[in-house]
Amino acid sequence: MAEHAAHFESLARQQTAARFAMWVFLASELLLFAGLFFLYMCYRLYWPAAFASGVGHNHALLGTVNTIVLITASITVAMGLRKLQHGAPRAAFRLVATTVLLAGLFLVVKLTEYGVHIDEGILPGGRGRYFAEGALPGEAAFFTLYWLTTGLHAIHVTVGAGVLLVMAWRIRRGTLRAAQLELGALYWHLVDAIWIFLWPLYYLTGGAPK
Amino acid sequence: MTPTTERHAGESYLGGERTLRSWLTTRDHKRIGLMFLIATSLFLFVGGLFALLLRLELLAPRETLMGPMTYNRMFTAHGVVMVWLFMIPAIPSGFGNFLLPLMIGANDVAFPRLNLASFYIYVAGAVVALFGLFMGGADTGWTFYVPYSAQTATAVVPVLIGVFILGWSSIVTGVNFIATVHTMRAKGLQWMQMPLFVWAIYGTSVIQVLATPVLGLVLLLIGMEHLFDWGIFDPRRGGDPVIFQHLFWFYSHPAVYIMVLPAMGVISEVVCAFSRKNPLSYQAIVIATVGITFFGFLAWGHHMFTAGMSTFAAGSFGILSMVVAIFSAIKVFTWTGTLYQGSISLKAPLLYVLAFLFLFVFGGMTGVAVATMSLDVHWHDTYFVVAHFHFIMVGGTLTAFLAAVHYWFPKVTGRNYPETWGVAMAVLVFIGFNVTFVPQFLLGNLGMPRRYYDYPESMQWLHVISTGGSWLLGIALLTTVLYLAWSLRHGAVATDNPWHSAGFEWRTASPPPPYNFPGSPALHRGAYDYTGQEPPEGPAALP
Ligand SMILES: [Cu+2]
Repeated sequence: MAEHAAHFESLARQQTAARFAMWVFLASELLLFAGLFFLYMCYRLYWPAAFASGVGHNHALLGTVNTIVLITASITVAMGLRKLQHGAPRAAFRLVATTVLLAGLFLVVKLTEYGVHIDEGILPGGRGRYFAEGALPGEAAFFTLYWLTTGLHAIHVTVGAGVLLVMAWRIRRGTLRAAQLELGALYWHLVDAIWIFLWPLYYLTGGAPK
Repeated sequence: MTPTTERHAGESYLGGERTLRSWLTTRDHKRIGLMFLIATSLFLFVGGLFALLLRLELLAPRETLMGPMTYNRMFTAHGVVMVWLFMIPAIPSGFGNFLLPLMIGANDVAFPRLNLASFYIYVAGAVVALFGLFMGGADTGWTFYVPYSAQTATAVVPVLIGVFILGWSSIVTGVNFIATVHTMRAKGLQWMQMPLFVWAIYGTSVIQVLATPVLGLVLLLIGMEHLFDWGIFDPRRGGDPVIFQHLFWFYSHPAVYIMVLPAMGVISEVVCAFSRKNPLSYQAIVIATVGITFFGFLAWGHHMFTAGMSTFAAGSFGILSMVVAIFSAIKVFTWTGTLYQGSISLKAPLLYVLAFLFLFVFGGMTGVAVATMSLDVHWHDTYFVVAHFHFIMVGGTLTAFLAAVHYWFPKVTGRNYPETWGVAMAVLVFIGFNVTFVPQFLLGNLGMPRRYYDYPESMQWLHVISTGGSWLLGIALLTTVLYLAWSLRHGAVATDNPWHSAGFEWRTASPPPPYNFPGSPALHRGAYDYTGQEPPEGPAALP
């Protein structure tokens, strides 16, 4: 089963190449979010009070729950990889499937939170009741950035969960190598790591809600 | 050179399966590279046609050929097509694909399927972008500046989506090439023994991977602005359009090096092969390549001196831009030093290199001039800037592309092109280019703003000269295509190494067999080692 592509001299070389390419791709993904972090930095410098107020308005509890969910999901996929490397595919399957379920839980919490924001009249582009009722200047920029950044992140969570779902299925059928799962796990850790930065920027570093 | 390959007629990558299907599903980097070369050359002509029409409109003041709206759409189409459909992919995805594995002694790139996917992503992006350009016709220019791009009634969104897709092709190819250089080098081939073209492609790939995602994000944000009016750059809602410019140029300045670094790689190869010498300093070129890659990321602010920027920031960006110029100058001196006392043969590829050296130095020096804040305030957004970047992009990238086309034509096709025609057209390209763009420096200095379709009568004589030059350039390029197409069938059959080059890519048959090297490639002798080599027959050395 350990077949390697004809143009590689060995399976080990091929796996090194794939792992290396994944790291390069993750650097690319990081730069995608860097643009949004740059916007956040600039606009927070312009509007410190509005950003503090916006962060204070966000639901720190929901954000923190989601942080715990994502970190747990990263731990389970890492343990699953260990199990697959040590030839325990059944345990690996259970752990990777848990990661996918936790990703689903994250999305449920996130969508709930979006629902709350819509109820409160906080929509992108400074639209909605919240802004009509006299928000601070700059809060529109904060919440538009919030929608954009968490939305883009949620898309990444969905993609990562989809990849891991396929991988879980292939572990079950016995057609997935540990080196392949490692690529999926790496991607998942990136999604997790980005959230670790979104959590303080959008939930923790606020002032008193207005 | 010791020929390490026996030739098997009809066993090249072009032979074997010849069906369209076998091409469209190929994993062979050489076939994929050739498909990229054909597609990008096609778009060079589409973009060139737009350029000729624009110059025709500018032959006389006021409306000559098209109204202002058509003119705006056309310079947008010219920019988008030339930047994203020709210059960014042409040398890296075209020649890079073909040559990178050959130059490191590998069978293929690290991920051949991903490589094919990159081609299809490119085609998809091209189709969407062209659909947008022809059906709606964005009129924002290739820079998509807000607030105009958010408000224009023309259909920018399909163009944005098209370019977004093209960006993916660029990222995927970049990742693939970086992994290839790291993991696919032949046994014993050290980093500091790699051909300089490989170094250039490597630096380019790093820029493609790290800068393109920022462009992708910017395009998405503008799409949101245009479609849903989210106002992320709208000052009334706390946004700032200048931040858009920062993000856009964070990609688009390094993008200049996506276009120029591979061109420099071509120059390094051709200079050595046609002066039959090792480069004056291999290390200097490698260091300069790495330096340009790194400092290229820190110079973007020079596009925004007049957009609202502190004097300190503008000065810093100006100096960082000049650091890039220093690295570029190191390369220029190294190439000239390589030519010095070389055994020079003035064939078409080398003529293009000489054109490159002249035009690139001219473009680079005017670049230093506009990177100086006080001068830029006068020249900003005038034809001076237009002339400057065309000197770099046409005078630099296009001449290097043509040098590459001629130098590697026997490698890719197994035929020779007619040298007389090659030399004649190289001279005509050089003349046509100068006649087109030197007057534009003068126009810019007189205050002619870029992207205007009208101008005062007093400027007409310069515009007339420029338009005449564009025809010379057009004729030269069209003739080049014709004689190259003729050579495909009727050119003399090339030997494996018609230039007697020491480059690694010549150590296999021309055209190469499907897996590049029949045995393990013989790379013990350096890629620029001409010691004890006979110069090729014919009148090689100059008196
Ligand atoms: Cu620039």
